[in-house]
Amino acid sequence: MEDSCSMPAGAVACIVERQDSILTAGESRARIHCADDSLAGSVSQRACVFCGARVVLNPVTDAVHLVHGPIGCATYTMDIRGSLSSGSELYRNSFSTDMQEKDVIFGGEKKLALCIDEVAEKYHPPAVFVYATCVSGMIGDDIIAVCKQASIRHGIEVIPVESSGFISGNKVVGYRAAAEALLRLIRPKEGETIEKTKKINFLGEYNLGGEKWLVERYLREMGIEINVAFTGDSTVAALKRAPSAYLNLVQCTGSMHWVATSLERSFGTPYMDVNFFGPENTAESLRKIAAFYADETISQRAELLIEREMARIRPELEKYRSKLRGKRAAIYVGGAYKAIAIIRQLRGLGMEIVLSGTQTGKQDEYESMGRMLSEGTIIIDDANPAELEKFLLEKKVDVMVGGVKERVLAYKLGIGFVDHNHDRKDGLAGFDGAIRFAREVYVTTCSPVWQQIRDPAFREVHS
Amino acid sequence: MLECVPESPVSHTTGKINPAKTCQPIGAMYAALGIHGCLPHSHGSQGCCAYHRMHLTRHFRDPVLASSSSFTEGASVFGGAANLKTSIKNVFTIYDPEVMAIHTTCLSETIGDDIPNIIKQAEIPEGKVVIHANTPSYAGSHITGFSNMCKAMVSYLAQTDGVDKKEQANILPGFVNPGDMREIRRIVSLLGIKLIMFPDTSGVLDSPLTSRYQMYPEGGATVAEIRDSGNSVVTLALGSFASHSAADILQEKCGVTGIPLKLPIGLKATDDFIMALKDWFGCEIPGDLTLERGQVIDTLIDTHFHYQGKTVAIFGDPDHVIAMTEFVLTMGMIPKYLLTGTPGKEFEATINTMLDEAGIQDRQVKAEGDLFDLHQWIREEKVDLMIGTTYGKYIARAEDIPLVRFGFPILDRAVHPLMPVVGYRGCLRLIEQISNALLERRDRDALDEDFELVL
Repeated sequence: MEDSCSMPAGAVACIVERQDSILTAGESRARIHCADDSLAGSVSQRACVFCGARVVLNPVTDAVHLVHGPIGCATYTMDIRGSLSSGSELYRNSFSTDMQEKDVIFGGEKKLALCIDEVAEKYHPPAVFVYATCVSGMIGDDIIAVCKQASIRHGIEVIPVESSGFISGNKVVGYRAAAEALLRLIRPKEGETIEKTKKINFLGEYNLGGEKWLVERYLREMGIEINVAFTGDSTVAALKRAPSAYLNLVQCTGSMHWVATSLERSFGTPYMDVNFFGPENTAESLRKIAAFYADETISQRAELLIEREMARIRPELEKYRSKLRGKRAAIYVGGAYKAIAIIRQLRGLGMEIVLSGTQTGKQDEYESMGRMLSEGTIIIDDANPAELEKFLLEKKVDVMVGGVKERVLAYKLGIGFVDHNHDRKDGLAGFDGAIRFAREVYVTTCSPVWQQIRDPAFREVHS
Repeated sequence: MLECVPESPVSHTTGKINPAKTCQPIGAMYAALGIHGCLPHSHGSQGCCAYHRMHLTRHFRDPVLASSSSFTEGASVFGGAANLKTSIKNVFTIYDPEVMAIHTTCLSETIGDDIPNIIKQAEIPEGKVVIHANTPSYAGSHITGFSNMCKAMVSYLAQTDGVDKKEQANILPGFVNPGDMREIRRIVSLLGIKLIMFPDTSGVLDSPLTSRYQMYPEGGATVAEIRDSGNSVVTLALGSFASHSAADILQEKCGVTGIPLKLPIGLKATDDFIMALKDWFGCEIPGDLTLERGQVIDTLIDTHFHYQGKTVAIFGDPDHVIAMTEFVLTMGMIPKYLLTGTPGKEFEATINTMLDEAGIQDRQVKAEGDLFDLHQWIREEKVDLMIGTTYGKYIARAEDIPLVRFGFPILDRAVHPLMPVVGYRGCLRLIEQISNALLERRDRDALDEDFELVL
């Protein structure tokens, strides 16, 4: 492995097998290697199928989310998503069958059935999602059968989520498991017809920091109502009305494209990609939606709203732009759609993007990302911390946008950090979100504390 | 989240609602980080490793590195041996640690991978060390996993060179913060005793910001130290759930006398810890420690009227809850609800004995419980104060009870991993936190006419 530290594209991969997962924009025409399984023995930042399924479904507020497995899977996912609810808070509780050795040996179906009975009687939820985990999948518990029987017993929806962690190291597979569970939930009963309305569904919107509510305000001003979001601040009853929508908006492409195409097939609802991260994206998305309705009043209202909001945030953004101009930024987030939106936003703040990567990006997404980036920018799939560290230092990054595991790494390297993942507490979508995002980038990039490190006296002590 | 607990009491017998424990591998991972130059390795699906790293990072606010065997469906069907062998090769080639500490997961345990055998067949570079612990997630808790990794350190590494023991003490610190481990080291050093502490995450998970990232920070017990622990004259095992088994193995394997103690949290447990060292080594208690103890007593008297007679619920890891129960009794408070998520009858027995001696009848004590249980008790009869992990904040809010954050994990506050709760200085910190929580509440609730400048 002596040659593990050189690669033709100019960037350096620390693991020889990972060379194809790192590209330098402008220098190589090679296609990035992605959506691959992580190497055994690597310190990957990736999660598992269960994790993917859980983040998609957990925001369904009035459902019980019951994890069928040993305790850890439930503990680590207790109320982590930061999705807000305007009603029930039931989803924030953590339910686990807490499988023990004897359940692993003799099978966990009986315990699962008892647990469903207990939560059904205690909380009378309209639905229970039952998540399979590694062990319940491995020992072959038939959760589909248990759910079916429990559903009949209690007269509520009990929906299996086939999310055994080992199926894949890629969260996207878990998104799919969640999508299948959602489709199972919203499938109309035989003979039942659902009338179409003029409302829209908002797919891939999880209401982090109240982002769904923010977009809802814009749309309402234009005269458009949200039917239901998948799944931020949603209820079981609202999700069941999903087929009545006029249009499906798709925001998080990684988790929801498949749902959108399925909904189109089953209910004839067309879908449209939107993106509310950054003022330009927000404006474009609102225009696209308005155009779809082909209603002059809606378009006029959209233009008025965009003009007013742009005028309102412009001076504020300018204030931050003057501080951030020329600073160097790195992006490492879950999905490519988010990375692309962040690239635009940081550019809008006058910053230079020197590294961009994702955990779950797809080939075509990387290609469009590559076209956006200037020469010399590093593009990376499923980065490990060693690679991130290397490029962050090499590229003299001032600020990084990423998720929880990158935060502390960036800080240790003396680099500012913005959380654009589940840990964000303030909505970063829409026009208001653009200001919050700019403020967060500014606060961390320009913290006076960095001065304490850059101070020459300090360097002497530590060099 | 008021709706978590229905208005009238209901029975809760199956599964867990809002757990007060998590699974074994994370404890093993934390313990392994307390070995110098060690890369913990999770033999299972990637998700486990990602969750454990995330959870530890949220508590310590420091980077946590660990590798994973990255199981896929194939590995799950055909066994994880190939994945583990590749992992061992990749880990040493790429990350080059001194030690690779493998722990299993529920998945690899269910498959039945024979780890020692796989290690034997793997290519391990000269001078490098691979150890392993079995940590099935479907038994015990994160504390069991921590204990199992401590046991692995002893069984893989500790050696005895001969009959003559060295005048040095082994300390098994338990699942405590790096700040606590640092404080334990300070106290033992003040007594003039040479010590080997393992695991030791100080200098690993409380490292300074230097603009340079060290994959393997300065801290941690070295392999040489852990090896030499077999030559020590005595082992102080702090916390029965986290540390006692490793001390037992060390006694069995190398003939090192093990002294089982509580975690040195609170006045009495700290006294016991120091006296055990004094008795064994015949050292003098230095003036510094006498002064610190005196300050604790002085402060207890200065503040006793703030908390004496108040009722308290304590929940979290068993060794922490046991030690904290003893300390609040010292303070004159009334421990009313004591709960841990970790299974083990010893928890209930130890606490019930303490409460019986203190004459406290009106109480609930439960091992292997969850926060639903705790909330239901509190619903029936409120307490004045809660002491425990971040997960208690929902109950604290729903029932309007002040919460002192204590133990693992604390996900919504910072600095705590650096501030010791062990030793006499730890006592001062706990007294401050407990009285401040109650006084803040008093100020908040006071009518204008009762609002006082001096309390």
